[in-house]
Amino acid sequence: MIAIVNYGVGNLYSLKSSFDSLGIKTLVTGDAKEIKKADKIILPGVGAFRDAAASLKNYGLNELIIEEAKKGKAIMGICLGMQMLFEKSYEYGEYEGLGLIKGSVRPIKDVIPSDLKIPHIGWNALKFHGEKSPIFKYIKEGDCVYFVHSYYGADCKDFVIASAEYGAELTAAVSKDNVYGCQFHPEKSGEVGLKILKAFSEI
Amino acid sequence: MITKRIIPCLDVKDGRVVKGVNFKGLSDVSSPVELGKYYSDCGADELVFYDITASFEGRKLFTDILKEVASKIFIPLTVGGGINTVDDFDRVLNCGADKVSVNSGAIRNPSLIEEAAKKYGNQCVVLSVDVKRVDGSFKVFAKGGRENTGLDALEWIKQGVEMGAGEIVVNSIDTDGVKKGFDIEMLREVLNIVNVPVIASGGAGGISDFVTLFKTLPTIDAGLAASIFHFGEVAIPDLKKELKNNDIIVRL
Repeated sequence: MIAIVNYGVGNLYSLKSSFDSLGIKTLVTGDAKEIKKADKIILPGVGAFRDAAASLKNYGLNELIIEEAKKGKAIMGICLGMQMLFEKSYEYGEYEGLGLIKGSVRPIKDVIPSDLKIPHIGWNALKFHGEKSPIFKYIKEGDCVYFVHSYYGADCKDFVIASAEYGAELTAAVSKDNVYGCQFHPEKSGEVGLKILKAFSEI
Repeated sequence: MITKRIIPCLDVKDGRVVKGVNFKGLSDVSSPVELGKYYSDCGADELVFYDITASFEGRKLFTDILKEVASKIFIPLTVGGGINTVDDFDRVLNCGADKVSVNSGAIRNPSLIEEAAKKYGNQCVVLSVDVKRVDGSFKVFAKGGRENTGLDALEWIKQGVEMGAGEIVVNSIDTDGVKKGFDIEMLREVLNIVNVPVIASGGAGGISDFVTLFKTLPTIDAGLAASIFHFGEVAIPDLKKELKNNDIIVRL
């Protein structure tokens, strides 16, 4: 069973539905006991980093997720959930993340030409980095996924497993051991996204 | 690079898609779920569901259907029609919509854009504008294009973006239904004044109109249409292939 962490930010309906459509059992929960029991963890998130980080803390789930990750449980952060895996974020200030992956979250506008629109929103192609990640087992380089973000994972070069070209090479996915993160929304990326979720469930 | 998006728009009344024809392999063309899934499988990049129901019961039915749509279709969904308050945003976002399109509701109460953008982020708020030329200038029309609000369209769009709209749908009343192509002149003016994604709507009659749109206006983000898709005049896979042949970046 995969726990989809519900810590009061964002709508988890599509995420849960996409696993349902694959026949994969999930539980949307903010309960520490249930998350501990789960085989895998999905950390979703939308909105501002500061609020989401504060909310995760308020639910008392910060330490738990770090512990579970250290025990070797597979964890996947999605969108803001991926950004929370890093050490810190510079979105409207400076805030601490979970520190599971070395790196920080910085504004896209600092690295792309000024005539490109922000947020980086829409379908963009994945470019793989390094050895093909197990979460990409069922997809190929060049497949498109759906992005919506104004900040990106920076200073994390060693852990980037995919990027997307948008005036710069933006971090699309990261991984370190059993911890994975997708900046894009697999639950909104059609067949390609479902294949990523399926591959994660099989890790 | 970001791909150019092709977006079919489905008008839903009392839970059924208005004006559709039968596609091969589709048992119920007026089912929003079936038609939406069909388009998604054909390569539509996003779907717009527009609620044209007036009654309370119809609205409830719409949200039920939206939930079903979002449990079966995993591409971005935009919902519009009858969005007047932040509660309306809540209502449709909780059913799995990703973006919410405002039109008349924002004209009546412009602060709706601001409130919704603060609560859900700019990327969630789509400002849809029906525009028509009146005495040589672009005016905003309300009530499905029946009423001239007197507002200058370019001013209104600029204001909308300043208040937090993250995307603009420009529907040209002048070209809508004429099927002779998108309103390039109007769209160009809009692209000149905003730096958020702009979606062209109104006027597509065939594949070549989309090619012209993206070739003439390289910064336009998406083309939206309804009847040419519903009537099977344009098949999305053919359209995307032709765009690619013309060196326009699309998701295949």
